[in-house]
Amino acid sequence: MPAIHRKLLRDLWRIKGQVLAIALVIAAAVTVFIMYLGAFDSLQLTRAAYYDRYRFADVFASLKRAPRRLEDRIREIPGVAQAELRVSADVSLDMPDMAEPAVAQFVSIPVQRRTMLNDVFIRRGRYIDPNRPNEVLVNEGFALAHGLEPGDSIAAVVNGTRRVFEIAGVALSPEFVYIIRPGNVVPDNEHHGVVWMNERELAAAFDMEGGFNDVALRLMPGVAGDDVIAALDRMLERYGGRGAITRDTQLSNWFLTNELSQLQSFGTMVPIIFLAVAAFLLNVVLGRIVTLQREQIAALKALGYSNFEVGLHYYLWALAVAVIGIAIGIGGGTWLASSMMNLYNDFFRFPILEFRISPSIIAAAVAVSLASALLGARGAVRRAVRLPPAEAMRPQTPAQYSVSLIERLGLGSWLSPPTRMIVRNLTRRPLRTLLSIVGIAFGGAMVVEGSFFIDAMNSIVATEFSVAQRQDLTVTFVEPRSAGAMYEIAGLDGVMNVEPMRAVPARLRFGHRSRQTSITGLVANPDLMRVVHAGRTAISFPPGGLVLSRQMSRIIGAAAGDTVTIEVLEGSRPTRDVTVARVVDDYLGAYVYMEIDTVNDLMRESRVVSGAVLQVDGLRTDAIYDRLKNTPSVAAVTLKEAAVEGFRATIEQNMDVIIFFNQVFSSVIAFGVIYNAARISLSERAWELASLRVLGFTKGEIAYVLLGEFALLTAVAIPTGLLLGYGLAWLTVETIGTTELYRIPLVVGDNTYARATISVLVATFVSSAVVRRRLNRLDLVGVLKARE
Amino acid sequence: MTLPSETTRVEPQAPSDRATVFEARQVTKVYPMGDVDVHALRGVDFALRESEFIVLLGPSGSGKSTLLNILGGLDVPTSGDVFYRGDALTTADESTLTRYRRNHVGFVFQFYNLIPSLTARENVALVTDIGEDPLTPEEALERVDLGDRLDHFPSQLSGGQQQRVAIARAIAKNPDVLLCDEPTGALDIQTGVVVLEAIAKVNRELGTTTAVITHNASIAEMADRVVALADGRIASIRENSTRKTPRDLSW
Ligand SMILES: Nc1ncnc2c1ncn2[C@@H]1O[C@H](COP(=O)(O)OP(=O)(O)OP(=O)(O)O)[C@@H](O)[C@H]1O
Ligand SMILES: [Mg+2]
Repeated sequence: MPAIHRKLLRDLWRIKGQVLAIALVIAAAVTVFIMYLGAFDSLQLTRAAYYDRYRFADVFASLKRAPRRLEDRIREIPGVAQAELRVSADVSLDMPDMAEPAVAQFVSIPVQRRTMLNDVFIRRGRYIDPNRPNEVLVNEGFALAHGLEPGDSIAAVVNGTRRVFEIAGVALSPEFVYIIRPGNVVPDNEHHGVVWMNERELAAAFDMEGGFNDVALRLMPGVAGDDVIAALDRMLERYGGRGAITRDTQLSNWFLTNELSQLQSFGTMVPIIFLAVAAFLLNVVLGRIVTLQREQIAALKALGYSNFEVGLHYYLWALAVAVIGIAIGIGGGTWLASSMMNLYNDFFRFPILEFRISPSIIAAAVAVSLASALLGARGAVRRAVRLPPAEAMRPQTPAQYSVSLIERLGLGSWLSPPTRMIVRNLTRRPLRTLLSIVGIAFGGAMVVEGSFFIDAMNSIVATEFSVAQRQDLTVTFVEPRSAGAMYEIAGLDGVMNVEPMRAVPARLRFGHRSRQTSITGLVANPDLMRVVHAGRTAISFPPGGLVLSRQMSRIIGAAAGDTVTIEVLEGSRPTRDVTVARVVDDYLGAYVYMEIDTVNDLMRESRVVSGAVLQVDGLRTDAIYDRLKNTPSVAAVTLKEAAVEGFRATIEQNMDVIIFFNQVFSSVIAFGVIYNAARISLSERAWELASLRVLGFTKGEIAYVLLGEFALLTAVAIPTGLLLGYGLAWLTVETIGTTELYRIPLVVGDNTYARATISVLVATFVSSAVVRRRLNRLDLVGVLKARE
Repeated sequence: MTLPSETTRVEPQAPSDRATVFEARQVTKVYPMGDVDVHALRGVDFALRESEFIVLLGPSGSGKSTLLNILGGLDVPTSGDVFYRGDALTTADESTLTRYRRNHVGFVFQFYNLIPSLTARENVALVTDIGEDPLTPEEALERVDLGDRLDHFPSQLSGGQQQRVAIARAIAKNPDVLLCDEPTGALDIQTGVVVLEAIAKVNRELGTTTAVITHNASIAEMADRVVALADGRIASIRENSTRKTPRDLSW
């Protein structure tokens, strides 16, 4: 091996602690990159395979009721490959293990099993028996939440009649990967389920014999959905069609897409930040190595090594460090990606799992890491290349010190000589001092970045579930009803407060964009069901105008003052141009609100409600639940408590892992940065400190000179780091904080600041202890003899 | 500029008949140091001939190292011209100078400049790795009597031993010119003699043109010519009729 490479290896080995620390930062970046993008890739493959094998439909439509004979005409729409007509209805379930009711979407399945769209995968048990009309399949999430097994039975109030069903099997379907009720943001397996039932029986129970109220289509390859949707909508209009949608906005798939895109943005954003830190570290460390090796560089050049060879030598430093980091990162990332995949699978429950870390992800991780390492090394290499070789012949000129500002202000007499050394050393090279501070600050900033998600999520919960939604229950009626139905509920014993809601399915159009959604009508100044702007102010709904969630405003591209077209997909199906009165900065979902009387006017109906929100006496809830469960007009009861818990549980299940990893990695980085800073100042000043020891200074005194300086730097770096962390949090919120599903608020809590401060302090303390130990063992003769 | 890679090794002749290796014309070097300019060289004219052994004498700060650096292609003069075998070093670009140093010049630095993370052998290998017709590191170290210290790191060697490694490193590439900046500055008499003998041997046996800076006037006795510098100028040039061997020097 050429001697110059040997030098590289020995030099690396000599500062192996630092090398490892930087390598770990790179490893963290590579790990996160592979973990997120690998999981993203695998989940996407899994989803694609699942959709393909179980024939997830391309187009979905629901309607009030149409005769089955439409089937042939639907099939004949150009581009349609397969059509599945179904009956679907929400049914209130009476679960013995809960006082409150659960809601299940009942979906019809053929009596004889055949290849259908949105096919079911039977996890346990079997398909329904044609001869046993009461047999059903239940979705796995709901079955697990209630300990249901094939052979168990469940009770439901179907169209006003209480019925008991036998569970034949526990099933999964590509249509219900993410089971979520309209208006909710997370799945709640305890309260929400899917039940697949014999189509004959289900139709009979809902007076749908010979009819259907739901249709799913598979399109021919290469056919875009728009024309098919238009044709289908025209056909279903007179049957109360609520507007067909493509699979892109199908609820389960839409949530899944959002989840995946979140993974993808994490997988891109977080490693970029980590790699930037690694590049910064390399820059600082290599810069200082070049300074320390100034005479060696000059000697190499004098001996005939070209600028290219010298430059390459220092680039190789960076590459070697990067390669170590990449190796660790690929191992760690692959392992964590598979754990993450399993974790997601616990949540989504795919019947098949495709795990793969594609070579392109690895290649990208390697390329990006190497590039950032080279970028980090660039400054140092340039300095090494520029160094004039004649320097080799001269001993290093003593550094230029001057009396510091503090001393010039006359405060010097209070400073002991060692303290004066600290102050002068820090003020001698302000740029370097600044770099050290920024470096340590980055450590703290990373911890803020890694932890602020918790604060943001808590803030979402606090805003959306305490400030905004103050109701305890939301009741949805089977059909829109007159306001009298609401007063009936208001009269129930224990109901303290009621507010009406009127939701109508509608399509919103603005310019060439449109979105199938629903308009929620609320009272002008709600007390219970409030909508909160920017986490603080509850807004009121002006008569006549629309209020859009920030997300909805983004989706259709309309801002306050714009006029959008709404096509109501229910009742008399009016189409009307309405002005957007305001856009509200809420955190969850993409909603369209309107004042309830305006909705009633729009529908040309007198006071009609489709649901109500209630505030109830906590001691009487069981009785209220009991009544509601047995009220035929009530389709569903949603508990806010359950929604909050579901939200927290989901975050715990998904975000916690992400946050945990971010925290681990950011702590690794904080430690890496700080340890490096400490080691660099030790190696830079070993000669000076050894000289002091020779002059009679004690170990404690020289430790004070070095560590005192370090402590001072840390003291300045901590607030700087908190500020920098806030900046990173801002950057994250701005770049990846928004999906169609949620908007992460920029909230950094005191806990997070405290956590960051403690991390920096711990890292400082440990690094100082290492340095202190080295100082105690400082080989005076060796250091003084071989100046490096 | 093209530089001959193979040099003709000349049999000893009368110094004045030999070809000129270096020629310096009106060389000045100014270091701007803030408000004041430091004039390290103030117009030096000087020639160094094939296989010649010269000694540069002069008080501290008189410009000896500066001149040697310029001859070695480590530095360029502020004004004036320097020729190496007729080719101008002063107008050569960076890569030509690098090739020049790599293939023709052996340096011994005033402060050794060994790489601390490399052993004696590896420090020499640094040069033999890139040289055109080098000795082996072991051979080179043998010549300075360090055959038994091959695997010692600089920090495990005495100052004199480090200096000898530096000399081994300089001669290992079989240079055409050997430039030594106070090679014995840190050595006792006995080691100094060993080092000087190594240099003299290279000069004598291989005909390597050699320039040695020293503060020790008695070393001047081994030279063909003695160039004395003072305050950036050549104060005198003296020719020795006979060259003493290092052993015969009176220190
Ligand atoms: N890089 C530099 N920057 C500023 N001044 C320099 C530089 N190099 C040399 N000098 C100045 O040039 C003058 C000549 O320096 P040089 O090193 O050539 O002297 P020298 O004769 O080798 O001295 P010594 O015997 O002490 O080694 C000195 O005054 C020195 O301070
Ligand atoms: Mg000198």
